[in-house]
Amino acid sequence: MGKLSRREFMSLGGATAVAGITASSSLLASSAFAAEPVKLGLLHSLTGTIAIAEAAMVDAEKLAIDQINASGGVMGRPIQAIIQDGASQPSVFAEKAALLLNEYKVPAIIGCYTSASRKAVEPVLNRKRGLLYYPTYFEGEEEDPNVIYTSQSANQSVVQAIDWLAKEKGKTFFLVGSDYVYPRTCNLIAKATLPKVKGRLVGEEYAPLGQTDFSAIINKIKAAKPDCIYSTVVGGSNVAFFKQLRASGLDGTKQVLLSTVVSENEIEGIGAQNAVGYYACMGYFESIPGAANQAFVKAFKAKYGQKRVIGDPMECAYNSVYLWKKGVEKAKSFDPQKVIVASRGLILEAPEGEVKVDEKNNYVWKKVRIGRARSDGQFDIVWQSPGLVEPEPFIKM
Amino acid sequence: MKIKREYMELGALATLALVLLVAFPLLLGGFYLNLAGKYLSFAFVAIGIVLTWGYGGILSLGQGIFFGLGGYALAMFLKIEASGSNLPDFMIWSGIKVMPAWWAPFSNIYITLAAIVLIPATMAFVFSYLVFKKRVSGVYFAIVTLALALTFTVLLVGQQSYTGGENGITNFTTFLGYDIYSHASTYAIYYTEIVLLLFVAMGSTAVIRSRLGNVVIAIRDREDRVRFSGYNTAAIKAFIFMLGALFASIGGAFFTIQAGLISPTVVGVTSSIEMVVYAAVGGRLSVPGAVLGALVVGFLQFYLSNNFPHIWLFFLGALFILVVTAMPNGLMGLLDRFALSRE
Repeated sequence: MGKLSRREFMSLGGATAVAGITASSSLLASSAFAAEPVKLGLLHSLTGTIAIAEAAMVDAEKLAIDQINASGGVMGRPIQAIIQDGASQPSVFAEKAALLLNEYKVPAIIGCYTSASRKAVEPVLNRKRGLLYYPTYFEGEEEDPNVIYTSQSANQSVVQAIDWLAKEKGKTFFLVGSDYVYPRTCNLIAKATLPKVKGRLVGEEYAPLGQTDFSAIINKIKAAKPDCIYSTVVGGSNVAFFKQLRASGLDGTKQVLLSTVVSENEIEGIGAQNAVGYYACMGYFESIPGAANQAFVKAFKAKYGQKRVIGDPMECAYNSVYLWKKGVEKAKSFDPQKVIVASRGLILEAPEGEVKVDEKNNYVWKKVRIGRARSDGQFDIVWQSPGLVEPEPFIKM
Repeated sequence: MKIKREYMELGALATLALVLLVAFPLLLGGFYLNLAGKYLSFAFVAIGIVLTWGYGGILSLGQGIFFGLGGYALAMFLKIEASGSNLPDFMIWSGIKVMPAWWAPFSNIYITLAAIVLIPATMAFVFSYLVFKKRVSGVYFAIVTLALALTFTVLLVGQQSYTGGENGITNFTTFLGYDIYSHASTYAIYYTEIVLLLFVAMGSTAVIRSRLGNVVIAIRDREDRVRFSGYNTAAIKAFIFMLGALFASIGGAFFTIQAGLISPTVVGVTSSIEMVVYAAVGGRLSVPGAVLGALVVGFLQFYLSNNFPHIWLFFLGALFILVVTAMPNGLMGLLDRFALSRE
């Protein structure tokens, strides 16, 4: 064998390089996934007024997707997140839901935060046989066959909260809320609950969304001298509301304030020093003890930073991805209709503990907890329901 | 040069008609045709803004109100039809037991169509005549309309047992018995919209070219001189403003049926300002430009937010800054300049 010519040497080198590349790429493919990814739509507001709440939910969903992909995917297929921006506009939500179902052919969507956005998406789901996981606490009053509601409905927070307040803190109640559907429905439920716990209504007030002057309402509260203030004031208004309450001496020590809409995320915006001492009723708090939640919190903070906090909707968003995975695996199909049917009675070990999809109405059974805000923005859990609380989409009045 | 500009405008209108009536239905599938229909519902408003702002010098930041009046009127009709013998769902859980008296007439399509035309037109004329009579104009008028748009949304949200509140009115099924989401309906609704849009565009062009149009331009440039010449400038301005409101209302009705919902966020302050942006991007002195602006901004929003869901607003913001600083007469102005420079 003579010496290799330069030309032969080059071609040989090229061949080995090509062989190397093909070998390594096939190695990559086999070490990751052989199967084609399955698309999952994540539809939240990433811009606009609601983005502050919803962007964090997308983070939680992406964490769940990463974890699932790292442990083998869904039925052997990795999840590919298709993220769309609802832009805090119901009509955009409807448009993007149609885009996800029509063009991306996603077998499921996790998304929406406001009821307005969910109501806009539902007709689209109905037309295109889609499936939505809705991970936000809300007023209930509906049962859409294409939606799985993974957070608490009103009866899983309002009734429990009023009951606890009446037993522990006093019998006279003042209801205050922002003026839209969630607070008004919650207060309807609260008023229906009061007679059962021998409570008495001494006042009910609504502030327009975004209101920052609560002096008139606070004066009415002071005049009515309630034992308990039940608040469904939402969003940025709470900064002003809590500050002004505190300034007028209602700091939660003598008269208790409980909100069903203030989670750790909201406290970040409100400021821990403004919220300390007030109560919240939720399904999930970041401070829940136990290995499952600790692992979740640790993984989240490792991915997104130690300073990030986790509120109830974020955990429900995270659970939604796992509930979908379980539903698919039980149905042995990505077909939305089969997944909905298979999801009935499904049990998930979530960070908050066990949650169970109802046999009939697509809401979840879950534990309800009441927490007291600390100065570090976290909650001390002061009460939790002994067992899972049954969801009641339509409140019996 | 004036002749040439007129030909260009007509040519642009004819091109638009060809694109909208022939090219879009052939090239776009049902999904994108529906999107186009949704964006074009804002073209009605934008044409109105070309008339009122571009030619009349009346800047309204509250066109969303009239868009909303038309949109809600049709939504009420569709909701009553979708609810069958029941009350609309949001009324039931708001505790309403009987159909409110002012809702009931909207079960009739003729009354609904008349309402879409007459209510905004009457309100716009009366309101703006009183304001113009007081010689309130320019930026003060813009502020008044902005305040009204804000009031309108607060009212819609607050009266949720009658308006669906923050959720708006959603979940329609049929229009006069026809499934509004069927393939055939998608095309039927689209064609109806385009024919009406072209009618509005041609009508507006005719108004601009007429003697009335000349007076309107004269008022924009020197209102006091026109007034001294014996014209009732307040009435003429109110008439132009009324046309703008009427177009906005028709656009709103088409939005409702194309988007499948109407809600306060679509008719609020932000939305009202966006409507002015459509006209500004297309060119506030050009009727075809208004249509182009609504389409370009709509599809650009769609494309950018689809591909860059977290940062698309920055691109859009940059585009608006570019248009305002570099192209004061919008896209059509650019075309204009290009064509005239080649003489």
